[in-house]
Amino acid sequence: MTGDMSLAARQAPVDRATSIRRVVERFAKPPVVIGASVLLFWLACALFGNAFVPFDPYADDLLSTLTPPDGLHWFGTDQLGRDVLSRIIVGSRDILLIAPLATLLGVVSGSLVGLILGYVGGLTDIVGGRILDAFMALPFVVVVMMTLVAIGPSNITVITVIGLAYTPLVARTVRSAVREQREQDYISAARLSGENALSIMFLEILPNVRETIMVELVTRLGYAFFAVATLSFLGLGIQPPSADWGLAIAEGYGFLTGGMWWVVLFNSGAIVSLVLATNLIAHSLGAFEDSP
Amino acid sequence: MKPIRYLCTRAGTLILTLWLVSVAIFLAGQVLPGDVGRAMLGPFADTDAVAELNRRLGTDRPILVQYWDWLSHALVGDFGTSFAMRAPVAPLVLESLKNSAALAAVVLVFLVPLGVGSGIVAGLKPNSFADRFIVLAGACLAIIPDFVSGLILLMVFGLWLSWFPITGAAPDGAGFWTTGYYLVLPALPLVLNLTGYVARMTRTGVVQAKQADYTRSAILKGLDNHKVIFRHILRNALATTVAVLATQTGFLLGGLVVIEALFGVQGLGSLVLNAAKARDFPMLEAGVIVMAAIFVVTAAIGDLLQVALDPRQRRRGFQ
Repeated sequence: MTGDMSLAARQAPVDRATSIRRVVERFAKPPVVIGASVLLFWLACALFGNAFVPFDPYADDLLSTLTPPDGLHWFGTDQLGRDVLSRIIVGSRDILLIAPLATLLGVVSGSLVGLILGYVGGLTDIVGGRILDAFMALPFVVVVMMTLVAIGPSNITVITVIGLAYTPLVARTVRSAVREQREQDYISAARLSGENALSIMFLEILPNVRETIMVELVTRLGYAFFAVATLSFLGLGIQPPSADWGLAIAEGYGFLTGGMWWVVLFNSGAIVSLVLATNLIAHSLGAFEDSP
Repeated sequence: MKPIRYLCTRAGTLILTLWLVSVAIFLAGQVLPGDVGRAMLGPFADTDAVAELNRRLGTDRPILVQYWDWLSHALVGDFGTSFAMRAPVAPLVLESLKNSAALAAVVLVFLVPLGVGSGIVAGLKPNSFADRFIVLAGACLAIIPDFVSGLILLMVFGLWLSWFPITGAAPDGAGFWTTGYYLVLPALPLVLNLTGYVARMTRTGVVQAKQADYTRSAILKGLDNHKVIFRHILRNALATTVAVLATQTGFLLGGLVVIEALFGVQGLGSLVLNAAKARDFPMLEAGVIVMAAIFVVTAAIGDLLQVALDPRQRRRGFQ
């Protein structure tokens, strides 16, 4: 008896230490560190950018429009003479707000749908699966575009539309993970002990598919940055005169043939750094391990 | 299940999916913006003029009547008349589909050797440096928005080095090679986007085939290495890849809104974008339903090819 107790007592701290070490091992990889630093940098820009921008990002200066990068304006100025660097710093704000909220909406609703379809099964699953397939029969950008044209672009509609467009994608992944769990012994045990369907779904299955949901969350976030930037570029997302990377690229695009490359180049760089950073983290969390 | 019955079930679900899509598009197109006449004439137009336009377009009728009218005509290939172009929709959609097909073809010319080749290299030596590099680079390239990589390529190869024209639309009457040459720059961002995905799927297939029993017996039988690789590993591994490529072709034919807009390619994606911006619903509906049809049909072809190429699935798949 006492022997068992002391064994348990000895094991507890060891277990904690290993689990901490496991977390550290999992996150202290170069790709994660690089990715997280870039994300934190843009987060700092979004939160405190106003405090350290070199110029007012919204101030026009019609005497120095489209000046190339120089000592004063490091990244040059845009077609209204606004400082490109300052607008890139402040431009992180909307995309860093919209993309995560849209992802959260899509992952929460998708997990819910996937959980229900996967657990209930039967006719619900067949009909629900068909409807999910129908939604996924359209390219993502087309679904989002049609809806935004119909109801008009605003930050709220962009969040809702991207979230809804993600729902079937997440639902399908979660559904197959839930199906796997449903066949396990602990679910039969829970059913036999009289647990109701809701508590089996949320207390038994959900904790066991959280890995899948986490990976889905980070992967989708990367694509949400992609989507927000694309929509702004098409004129269907963030609207002028807001500082936004995709929007700035659309505005600067016409000046490319005139040799004025800096607006497009630096804003593209900002988008690339953000999506790559997210992807590095997703990759290290095992988002792409679909083979042994 | 017999092959015939399998095909029938497959075709049945395909038609069901398309029908659901048509309902969804119709609802999105007709219900959400409310008044079509108002949307076309603008907020300051005369109320009578709006009512007259709605009557002429038939958009004042009950929604179910409108849907039936549209569906019964669409089934015989008549997609109505474009609001904006004042011309029948079907030939316009067909023309844009041709341009999309040309772009998709150029993409595949680059994508297939690059994606499949790097997937095989990665899969033959899993966890080697080359494998890690191919998988990570592919994943990173896949997530860079195509318009961003498109712009960077346009700046470098179109404007700075002047190797390629900066528009995807070749002049009228251009021959086969000229058309292809104009489409290289629009195609490259898509190649970069998709290479990683194709490579990853190929890699998975190669890794699985390498671990399979038939490969081990082939090695134990004393076959030389390249025979094992070509006859046993690749033949089995590429079934998945073929299916993936078929599905991606669907995306290339219809999902390229941004690249087509950026490089001025008059394809299906541009058609849908312009129709959506102009609130040209007959055009939008036709464009999107054609897109969806391409998507589900190519996905089905992909599945069938996979079953057909793999003798074990041929027996198992029809059950």
